[in-house]
Amino acid sequence: MTTFTPRFRPSRRNMLKGAIGAVGLTFMPRFSMAEEEKKLNFYNWDTYTGETTLADFNAASGIEVKMDLFADNAELFAKLKAGNPGYDLIVPTNNWAQRMIKANMLIPLDHAKIPNFANYDPRFQDATFDPGRKFTMAYMWGTVGIGYRKSKVDPAPDSWKILLDDDKFAGRISLLSSGEQVLGAALKYLGYSYNSTSMDELNKAKDLLIAHKKNIKQFGADNGQDLLASGEVDLCLEYNGDIVQVMKDDQDLDYVVPKEGSNLWQDTLAIPVGAPHPENAHAFINFMLDAENGKKIADTIQYATANKAARELMDGAYKENPAIFPPDDVLAKCEPGLYLGEDAERVRDEIFTAIKAA
Amino acid sequence: MEDWKSSKNVFWTLFTPGSIWLFVFFLFPLAFLLILSISTKAVVNGEISINDYCYFCGLTNLSNYVRAFGGAQIFILWKTIWVSAVATALCLAIAYPIAFGICFAPARWKPILLMLVILPFWINLLIRTYALIAVMRTQGYINLVLDWLGILKLFHGGNPFEMLYNNSSVIVGLVYVYMPFMVLPLYATIERLDRSFLEASLDLGASQLTTFLKVTVPLTMPGIVTGIILVFIPCLGTFLTSDMLGGANAIMIGNVIEEQFKTANDWPFGSAISFLLMFATLAALGIRALLQRNSKGVDV
Repeated sequence: MTTFTPRFRPSRRNMLKGAIGAVGLTFMPRFSMAEEEKKLNFYNWDTYTGETTLADFNAASGIEVKMDLFADNAELFAKLKAGNPGYDLIVPTNNWAQRMIKANMLIPLDHAKIPNFANYDPRFQDATFDPGRKFTMAYMWGTVGIGYRKSKVDPAPDSWKILLDDDKFAGRISLLSSGEQVLGAALKYLGYSYNSTSMDELNKAKDLLIAHKKNIKQFGADNGQDLLASGEVDLCLEYNGDIVQVMKDDQDLDYVVPKEGSNLWQDTLAIPVGAPHPENAHAFINFMLDAENGKKIADTIQYATANKAARELMDGAYKENPAIFPPDDVLAKCEPGLYLGEDAERVRDEIFTAIKAA
Repeated sequence: MEDWKSSKNVFWTLFTPGSIWLFVFFLFPLAFLLILSISTKAVVNGEISINDYCYFCGLTNLSNYVRAFGGAQIFILWKTIWVSAVATALCLAIAYPIAFGICFAPARWKPILLMLVILPFWINLLIRTYALIAVMRTQGYINLVLDWLGILKLFHGGNPFEMLYNNSSVIVGLVYVYMPFMVLPLYATIERLDRSFLEASLDLGASQLTTFLKVTVPLTMPGIVTGIILVFIPCLGTFLTSDMLGGANAIMIGNVIEEQFKTANDWPFGSAISFLLMFATLAALGIRALLQRNSKGVDV
C-alpha cells in the first residue's frame, strides 16, 4: 500500500505518516481536491454563522473548519496586514474589503468553483467596491440607524435630528465610537454624501457634532444595544442586527433607518493572500451560498442575507421585518461606505479625535 | 564575593537567556517602533500605500511628532497625565491605611488579608470592568440597594444616581484595578518599619500627626514612591478602562494609540505618540531620581 519511490528511504516515523496519509486518501470524497488537507481556518465575527453550518459542511465534504473570532474590522485588518497567520476565509465589511483589495491582501476568486453565485439577488452580483465581484462574495448586509425605546421616545424618530441636533434627550444618547459611522450620520443629516471628502462638508459635520456633544453619554464600542437594553440610554446609533437581537427580548425597543439615508454595509467572504487551503475556502463559500444552508444561517443570526434563494425559504417574520429589510425608498437614500484613500481616512480620523477630545 | 570574571562560563550561562529575551522581545520591537515613528507611509504609483512604509526617508523626519503637538493629541496626553495623577493619589490615600491595617493585624490574619488584596488578579481585567459596570450603572447594584433602603426616595427624588460614563467613573475604575500595586509595596516597607522609632517619637513629645508626617512617612517613602510608579505608569497607558467606563469625553492617550494601530491604520503616527507617552513616563522616573538625590540618607 505504500507508494514511495525507490530513491526515497523513509525513516520509521515518516513511513507511519505516509501510511496514515494513504489510508486517508481512500476515504476522500470524489469531489475533493486531493492536494489540500481537509482543513479550513475560518476567521469570522462572533455569532455570525448558522448553528450547524460548520458541522453540516464537515458532513458534506469531510473538511474540518476551525473558526477564530474577531471583534471588528480593524482587528481583522491589523492581524492580516503583517502577513496572513494562516487564515483561509475572512469576513471583512465592504470598505475594509476594498482597502484589502487595494493593499493586495486578497486573492481573486475563481467563479467557476462557486456555481451558487446564481443564488444572489442581482444587486449583490456586482459592487462599487469590488467591480465584477473579483475578490469578494456578499454574505450579510444591513444598515446603521437609530435604536430606541418606544415608551420613552414618542413620537417615533424618523430623522438623524433627534440624535445629532436636538437637546430633548440630553444624556440619553449613545453613539458608536467609529469616526466613519458618526461622521457619516452627520453628513447624511446635513444632506451630503456618506463618503464626502470635502473639507467644508466635513467641518460642518464636525461643528454640528461638537455643538451637541454634551447630549452624548458615550461613544460606545459597539455596545449601544446593551446600553439601550439596560435603560442606560433611550437612543443609540447602532448596526441594525445588534438592535434586532435585543428587540427579541424587549418588545419596547425598535430600530429605524432615518429618512435622510444612512450607511448600507455589506459583509463579504474573501480569501486572504497566503491562505493555506484556498480550494477548501471556495468549497465552503459555495456551500454557504446554497439556498438551504443560507437559510439556516439567516435563521440563526437574523441579519439580511444577500442570498435570494435563501431569503425565499425564510418565514414572513424575517422577510417583512423592517429592521432587517428597510423600505425601498429609505434604502435608495443609503450609500455603501467606501475606502477613501489613506489621506482622506487620516483627515477623518483627525476630525473624530478632535470631536472626542472637545 | 567571587568576581564574575573568574567564572565566565557561569556568568554567560546565566546572562545569555535573559539578555536574548530582552533584546528579541523588548529592545528590537522598541527600536522598530522608534524607526517607524520617524517614517512615513510610502508613496507607490502616486498613491499613499496602505502597507508599505518609507523607513529611512529622512532620519530627521519628525512630522509625526509635529502632528501630535499640533493636534488634539497633546491635550489628550495632558488630560491623561491629570487623570492618572488623580487616580494615583486616590490609590495612595486609600492603600496606605489598608497596608497599615494589614501590617498591624494579628499574624494569623496577615496571609488572608494579603490574599484578599491579590485575589482580583485571578479574574481577567475585562471581566472585572464589566462587573464594575453591572455594579455602577443606573439600574446596577448600588442603585438597587440605595433604592431598597429608601435612600434614593429620600435624597434624590427617587431617581437613580448616574455614576457611569464620566471622568469620575474612569478614575474609580483605575483605582480599583491598580490598588494592589499600591498596597503591596507599601505593605513591604511598613512591615520593615522599626516600630521603636515611632515609640521614641511619641515618648519625646511629638503628637501622633507629627510622628506620622516626620517619622512614618519618610521611613516608608521607598514604598510610597514604588507604589506611585507602579500605579501611575500603567494608568498613563490605559485604554480599556476609559473605553468601557468613560463618557463622551473619556478619550485617553492609550485610546488614541490603539486607534492609530487599528482603525486609522497609521502605525508611524501611533508609534510617535507611543514614544511621547514613553517620554512622559521617563519624566516621571526622572522626578523620582531627583527626589532620591535630594533625600537625606533615606533610600528612595
